[in-house]
Amino acid sequence: MITTVKSYFKSLVLLELFKGLGVTGRYLFARKFTVQYPEEKAPVSPRFRGLHALRRYPNGEERCISCKLCEAVCPALAITIEAEPRADGSRRTTKYEIDLFKCIYCGFCEESCPVDSIVLSRVYEYCMEENNERIIGKTRLLELGDKHEAQLAADRAEQAKYR
Amino acid sequence: MTDETLVTIEVDGRELKARPGAMLIEVTDAAGINIPRFCYHKKLSVSANCRMCLVEVEKAPKPLPACATPVMNGMKVKTRSPVALAAQKGTMEFLLINHPLDCPICDQGGECELQDVAMGYGAGASRYMESKRVVSDPDMGPLVATDMTRCIHCTRCVRFGAEIAGIREMGATGRGEHMKIGTYIQGSVDSELSGNIIDLCPVGALTSRPFRFQARAWELTRTDSIAPHDTVGSNLSLHVRRNRVLRVSPRDNEAVNECWISDRDRFSYEALDSTARLKQPLVKENGKWRELPWDDALELAAAMLKGAGTALKTLVSPNATLEELYLAQKLTRGLGSNDIDHRLRQSDFRNDGSTALRWLGMPIAGIEGLDAVLVVGGNPRKDQPLIGHRLRKAAMAGALVTYINPCKFDLNYAADQRVESPAGMVKQLAGLAKALGVTGELVASAVIDDQCKALAGQLKNAGKAAIFLGNIANAHPDLAVLETLADRIAAAANAVFGYLLEGSNAVGAQLAGAAPHRLPGGKAAETLGKNTRQMLSDKIEGALLIGVDPSLDCWDPSAVRQSFSNAKDVVALTAFRTRSLESCANLMLPIGWFAETSGTLVNGQGDWQGFAGAVSPIGEARPAWKVLRVLGNLTDVAGFDYQNSGEVLEEVRSLCDATSLDNGIGEGCLDLQFKEGPLTRIGYVPLYAADVAVRHAPSLQRTVDAAQSALLRVNGATARVYELADGAQISVCQGNGEAQLKIRIDEGVAPDCALVPAGLAATGGLGPMFGEITLEKD
Repeated sequence: MITTVKSYFKSLVLLELFKGLGVTGRYLFARKFTVQYPEEKAPVSPRFRGLHALRRYPNGEERCISCKLCEAVCPALAITIEAEPRADGSRRTTKYEIDLFKCIYCGFCEESCPVDSIVLSRVYEYCMEENNERIIGKTRLLELGDKHEAQLAADRAEQAKYR
Repeated sequence: MTDETLVTIEVDGRELKARPGAMLIEVTDAAGINIPRFCYHKKLSVSANCRMCLVEVEKAPKPLPACATPVMNGMKVKTRSPVALAAQKGTMEFLLINHPLDCPICDQGGECELQDVAMGYGAGASRYMESKRVVSDPDMGPLVATDMTRCIHCTRCVRFGAEIAGIREMGATGRGEHMKIGTYIQGSVDSELSGNIIDLCPVGALTSRPFRFQARAWELTRTDSIAPHDTVGSNLSLHVRRNRVLRVSPRDNEAVNECWISDRDRFSYEALDSTARLKQPLVKENGKWRELPWDDALELAAAMLKGAGTALKTLVSPNATLEELYLAQKLTRGLGSNDIDHRLRQSDFRNDGSTALRWLGMPIAGIEGLDAVLVVGGNPRKDQPLIGHRLRKAAMAGALVTYINPCKFDLNYAADQRVESPAGMVKQLAGLAKALGVTGELVASAVIDDQCKALAGQLKNAGKAAIFLGNIANAHPDLAVLETLADRIAAAANAVFGYLLEGSNAVGAQLAGAAPHRLPGGKAAETLGKNTRQMLSDKIEGALLIGVDPSLDCWDPSAVRQSFSNAKDVVALTAFRTRSLESCANLMLPIGWFAETSGTLVNGQGDWQGFAGAVSPIGEARPAWKVLRVLGNLTDVAGFDYQNSGEVLEEVRSLCDATSLDNGIGEGCLDLQFKEGPLTRIGYVPLYAADVAVRHAPSLQRTVDAAQSALLRVNGATARVYELADGAQISVCQGNGEAQLKIRIDEGVAPDCALVPAGLAATGGLGPMFGEITLEKD
């Protein structure tokens, strides 16, 4: 009997409504966390796993030695490598392709790489207009590496202590 | 062996029976107990220098190497005790001190014994901080790549060279830290079995050069196959990735190839990707080749074959599969012709009337147990390398090996090599026959010299003796006489008579009926067709060539040129586009070769060894048995409704049920037909010119064996008569053909004879493999 009276009273004074409006009001004046992408960007961790890149040594020599561990470890079979001896006799890739549609960005390739060649960069803004653009080759990967080398090197250096 | 003679030992608490004197590691291997090892190999001598197989033996003060410890009754062995493990871990640490950490760029990575053993027995991290040593890499030629810094000095390769290949090309120099494995003399490793050191090397110090950096072990899928080059029929594993054969390794089969294969079988796979591969059907129109679709090509081929009809001549390679050979003869005979042959380099067919179905005459493994061997006209070391290896084993065990050849060959064991001119070879054999009491017209007039007497005694007194006819005998113009004599000698001396046949399926070809005198099942044909030589002595109108490169595969290239000069209807099923085919054929149909097709090969000892395709044929090529099936359908020959190659095989098998191989010549021919001129050519097919595929395998063609094949060899006396200088260029004329060759003075060649290679583009313009030649200086 008493609960029925209580509930009638609550409905009459619109208590639930004012409770809800209270929450609305609190957030109306609170600090906003919406980011105005693309003008503004969310912070990215140095461990972020974005678009792939192939790095070089400071002397310009490509790091990749075609050991194919990344190809072997890749759970999505996104990497295809072909290799042969270069003119100087060293072991180099003639083809290094990543299928971005197959890739699941797990980062195993980076972990398996004995020479820190294949890395996942902080880049997450990329798109393709043609279907065949999803496969990125060695030249493109090296370009990406060259472009982001400073950031990549800094991130790896920062993370080195946890590895 | 009875149980009483066996000793009982205890390994890790398990009781094992063992042959007295056996090494511990043999016993544990047989029982499936794993002991790590690097230097021990079941086919090589024990050197016990890697120390990896140390195990604890009760009552021994220190751990003992299992590979060099003979078993004794009541011995108690612990392979995983703390003492054994500590010893193994210590050895592993020492081995890794100087081993570079370059597994990611090492071709052995993923299949490396050192990696595996380090994983199981090594420590997690290295305590070694000092600098590692670096060793320079010797150049070992086009087949073997070296990275000697990785070497752990197990000396398997050195022992292989000394014990199996029979040439001491590699050795260890220096001591301790300065020990290096390398070649004694700078230069390549030139054994015909050299590729096996790639398999033997437990680390990545010796790897395959053609395969260098091509793939990792884990990417490759293995498919079983059979070697398509010689009568041994070595068992192979093809390593395939993404529809390409990337390397070939041996498959153990004690009865055939043990655990070895010849370089020819190992590296010929490169021909699969040769630029000379035919990828599209081609038709010749006004001297130009035009591509055409398969449908049109098959219609055209059927029309050509029908047009040729009863005049159809079919030449098949002795390397073709049993199915191809059978279908080829079925098609040819179905069209009303009996003119089919696979004996392309044979010149004398006078014994075709006999019932002989030629084969090795004995099991391959039995060769090493022989006490006396006579090889007439042949060099098995290069022609059938693994039979050469078995012969060497026999010789090392004390067998007396005698060769009767028109020249001396470089052998890797002691043998009595008798050098005779082609006619002299027959005389020697006749003399031997007479010494053994054989009768006959030719034999009666023969002279018995001391050598013949001695040889007769050897053969007669040996427990197990054998006479083999090799490749040179096969091309000998008096082959019929040679084989008749050999057959009778074998009978008189109670020896085995066998053939070292050319091609991987020569026995299969006889069983399939791909010969003018043989029907399927090896039965004698009622109407004799024309043999290769008869076919090529006439103008040819229509022909079917299967896997044949006519000028280089046939006994007489000049006859090939003449007979095919006006041919209109020549259909060639070929995997390779060669110059001689371009001039002979009017229509070329691309077929798969080796790994691209399934089939069966019958080796010298009569094993039917089937294999499946491993990759799809290149370009538009199709398996030859399928092409032949369709041609059979299109030419309305009955019985060509096969669904798969297995059905073809079943048909041949049912026809061969009651067939047994037999070298008995019977009556035989004893009339000499060959007349020597002032200077006689001895045609010999070099190792890497044996068939069209080998000729298109680039790495094999870069070997020393191949580079030194295009030489004219004469002995010093003959050279003086013709005023020839070593190394000079000379024109060799035979009939209306001519060839330019370099001269090599070789005292091993019979007088008044010149060893002129066959099967090479350089000599493809000459005449028969045996015949009179003249020399002209420029």
